Amino acid sequence: MPMIQEIDYGTPVPVTDKTVSLTIDGDPVTVPAGTSVMAAAMMMGTAIPKLCATDALDAFGSCRLCLVEIEGRRGTPASCTTPVEEGMVVHTQTQRLADLRRGVMELYISDHPLDCLTCSANGDCELQDMAGAVGLREVRYGYAGENHLEAPKDTSNPYFTFEDSKCIVCSRCVRACEEVQGTFALTIEGRGFDSRVSPGGLDFFGSECVSCGACVQACPTAALNENSIIEMGQPEHSVVTTCAYCGVGCSFKAEMKGSTVVRMVPYKGGKANEGHSCVKGRFAWGYATHKDRITKPMIRKTITDPWREVSWKEALDYAASEFKRIQASYGRDAIGGLTSSRCTNEETFLVQKLVRAGFGNNNVDTCARVCHSPTGYGLKTTLGTSAGTQDFASVDDTDVVVVIGANPTDGHPVFASRMKRRLRQGARLIVIDPRRIDLVKSPHIQADYHLPLKPGTNVAMINALAHVIVTEGLVDEDYVRERCDLGDFESWARFIADERHSPEAVEDLTGVPAADVRGAARLYATGGNAAIYYGLGVTEHSQGSTMVMGMANLAMVTGNIGKAGAGVNPLRGQNNVQGSCDMGSFPHEFSGYRHVSDDATREMFETFWGVPLQNEPGLRIPNMLDEAVAGTFKGLYIQGEDIAQSDPDTQHVTAGLKAMECVVIQDIFLNETAKYAHVFLPGASFLEKDGTFTNAERRINRVRKVMPPLGGMADWEVTIALANALGFPMNYEHPSEIMDEIARLTPSFAGVSYEKLEVLGSIQWPCNEAAPTGTPMMHVDRFVRGKGKFMITEFVPTEERTGPRFPLILTTGRILSQYNVGAQTRRTENSRWHEEDVLEIHPFDAENRGILDGDLVSLESRSGDIALRALISERMQPGVVYTTFHHAKTGANVITTDYSDWATNCPEYKVTAVQVRRTNRPSDWQARFYEEDVALKRIETHVNAAE
Amino acid sequence: MSVAILAAEFLTRMAQNLQPDQPSASEQYLGEDMTTYIQWNNDRAREIIAAHALFDGAALPILHALQFEFGFIHEEAIPLIADALNLSRAEVHGIVTFYHDFRRDPAGRHVLKLCRAEACQSMNGTGVAQDLLATLGISWGETTPDGSLTVEGVYCLGLCACAPSALYDGEPIGRLTLDTLADVVREARAP
Repeated sequence: MPMIQEIDYGTPVPVTDKTVSLTIDGDPVTVPAGTSVMAAAMMMGTAIPKLCATDALDAFGSCRLCLVEIEGRRGTPASCTTPVEEGMVVHTQTQRLADLRRGVMELYISDHPLDCLTCSANGDCELQDMAGAVGLREVRYGYAGENHLEAPKDTSNPYFTFEDSKCIVCSRCVRACEEVQGTFALTIEGRGFDSRVSPGGLDFFGSECVSCGACVQACPTAALNENSIIEMGQPEHSVVTTCAYCGVGCSFKAEMKGSTVVRMVPYKGGKANEGHSCVKGRFAWGYATHKDRITKPMIRKTITDPWREVSWKEALDYAASEFKRIQASYGRDAIGGLTSSRCTNEETFLVQKLVRAGFGNNNVDTCARVCHSPTGYGLKTTLGTSAGTQDFASVDDTDVVVVIGANPTDGHPVFASRMKRRLRQGARLIVIDPRRIDLVKSPHIQADYHLPLKPGTNVAMINALAHVIVTEGLVDEDYVRERCDLGDFESWARFIADERHSPEAVEDLTGVPAADVRGAARLYATGGNAAIYYGLGVTEHSQGSTMVMGMANLAMVTGNIGKAGAGVNPLRGQNNVQGSCDMGSFPHEFSGYRHVSDDATREMFETFWGVPLQNEPGLRIPNMLDEAVAGTFKGLYIQGEDIAQSDPDTQHVTAGLKAMECVVIQDIFLNETAKYAHVFLPGASFLEKDGTFTNAERRINRVRKVMPPLGGMADWEVTIALANALGFPMNYEHPSEIMDEIARLTPSFAGVSYEKLEVLGSIQWPCNEAAPTGTPMMHVDRFVRGKGKFMITEFVPTEERTGPRFPLILTTGRILSQYNVGAQTRRTENSRWHEEDVLEIHPFDAENRGILDGDLVSLESRSGDIALRALISERMQPGVVYTTFHHAKTGANVITTDYSDWATNCPEYKVTAVQVRRTNRPSDWQARFYEEDVALKRIETHVNAAE
Repeated sequence: MSVAILAAEFLTRMAQNLQPDQPSASEQYLGEDMTTYIQWNNDRAREIIAAHALFDGAALPILHALQFEFGFIHEEAIPLIADALNLSRAEVHGIVTFYHDFRRDPAGRHVLKLCRAEACQSMNGTGVAQDLLATLGISWGETTPDGSLTVEGVYCLGLCACAPSALYDGEPIGRLTLDTLADVVREARAP
């Protein structure tokens, strides 16, 4: 397998229908208008020497290597900064140019180490390549002059090294940080000969750098190089695959030496990321081969027994016999399964198939229950489909960006960079979030409106915005008349126009000045293409589904659905949360969001699978746990999910797990939930299997195996083996066969196949006869459901109220370097940026409680209490505190409650009434956690080894 | 009303009020008076930054004003300026380090800027400067141990006709000799 070679055109290639014809080195060529001479030459296969140019960045014209001659023009212009013109005659190779280029290279090399053979970039160095291209044979200036060869290295970043002596000051890194990532963490320090690249006079780790890797990617020399390359040398082959972190779904080239990953490099051909990356996908993949990986199946009779390593057969037979025994004793519905948004579409489809057809019930649920289930419900009800309306590229056409309850720079950094680029181009920004997130104000970004509402008042806010639009005559009447159900619209308009929804009426409720709300509503309605991007701050509320419908109302009433630059766009949390929902992971739906009570659909599945299926929805996760505590639910097959850490009200979750007789965990690590399990089946990371992930823009991307599964089986193979052990035969040789079955049984996937994915790279569903190459934008001429449906969205405050005992509101979220329960990122150097979960608290609330920055504080709700360190922060508003749930030992979800969305049971993570006070010790739960962390994780062979 | 809109309005008003013959913000701070520098403090720096922050291209006027007030650009000024102008710290660092005129450490009580450009070199500016530095026992950019005088190099003061030339506390001196420089040192060291 060779290395994948991507063409670098040197400068961005404009997208336009207008073309220009010119002659380069005697050959005619026709290129898009606005193309640089350099890129035009590359299009016909002529590489003009270059150093400061790369096509991810705007032309800069500093290295003076790409000079060309143009007939009729004086001098030798730089080809990167010279746009093509009709009839232009260009010469890229003449003696004069050769002399000039060689002279320039001599200057570069006179201040560059001559250690190519031992240099980490050897074999992947553009400077070396250019020295070869220009035929550098000597450096007339010698090497004895003033130079930078002794400049110190900066090794502060755990993933890459800055070797200043190798730097040619081409500014590619500085420009990548600005143009691609949008962080502006790098600069050129000093001037003239003293000019050096600098992370603001600090070291990289201590600087504003977010470690996205764009600078490393852009560097043409060894000045910025991955530590893994420095340690291992150059890779020998590469494979395109999809990142397994967030819902952006970035494409990467896994660059390999045999079955060892040397580095992950963002793939330009990936349509979700177009060559960009973040610290997680780019660098935090080391967990895949971490020593904590469990690669042998294990079983135990009770959770207090130590684990015993057994053969795959023994583990699978034991799990199957237990499930059969439980069903025989307690009934068919006493067991269930959980699919994982971290696993592939194919694996998820198999788990729900196993539950519906093998277990014979519909007790299947997925982690989307606790994140975006309201999105599915709300958008299906109003628009007709359970997914976002746009592709990511749509934001390039957006004039007004609205971010609600999302923190893209931390949660979805690669998309955030794209959004920030659009904002720097002049798009306006409205942020609706209780916290002052980075988007509100960060270098070159400033929100026009930040509406810092009190947690739990989303629906009041969205209603107030809609009220302004309806009562101030800002409705897009033509659109509503043509596209939406008028009866529903009229009753909704009457409802929303009521004075009780006015910004003034809800000001005390939301805490946001009415004038700001009016201003934001006017901007949204009149500012051009307006797009809503939202996250879990919308869904994880008691009125999560209502809020989703409220946003759909707002978009419809202003005509902002069905065109580029607009839409209602969920930023989905996990790599395959969209896919796991698409695949029928919910207890009430088959793949493609078709209800289990729909006879025609069910009969189709029954015929294909050869077994009768239930027509009633099964249990949701919280129902399973409730019934477990009640003694009627006894066995659970969990693939790649850690509900003991991720789900709310930890003590209720663990009580439910402890009450079960057979919990089967399939995971790459002995996670928190595994403490309460009886069978452990080793899982496989995304590097160890083939399959597909579907990202937030409905894009189906291929995941490709680059190493054999460490435990011997990929997750889809494990599910097949378990099904067969249970006596429900499954036979697939390759995940592509599972996709074929999905396509056959799911109309929105009808046209999807691995062959087509190979050709197209990726496909956005629906993909069928009507849309054979997929659907980047939904609802273009009509809504999927026919007419857009306005829903009445009455604001009903959550029952979770602050009071004398719990006067503060806790809201939870995540940060850039860690990912969800942290199972992966905590096992990488990413923890250097976030070693523990902290409690962010406003200075006012801290002072009232005598809390200083860094103090250990007790955080208590009616569910439980934990201790963690305080971080005093003006990003918070008074009365609201914030923490993350990345570290199991912190136990953030010990605090969260059992309240949930009225429609989908999505937990109300974002609103918990709490009290905070100083403390000097861990909470009782934490003390018990430390004990159980040892007691419930013992492995027999390890005990023996220790003896 | 959002801050951005306020800023836009303010700028419009500023543009209307500015007289063309008024000195630019940078020009206002040309004549440094070393004796009136005040101790670095964040609050005063914030005031100065706020007073200039709404100008177009505010970074240089702010830096001039800070140096005028404190005699140098304190490290703590960088995040304050970055925050006020919505730039990154790195960008502000880039600006500060680009201009040699912005000092990163407090200067002595007096500052002598000796021209090192071509015309002055040709008139023995280098020799005079080397002799002075040797006498004082310091290098370019350093301050005498008694804190009385900082000697900095500059590249052309536009006083080529009377080279070698210098600026002493903002006042030009032409046709430098060892004698005139000795006078300068004597004056600088005077209590």
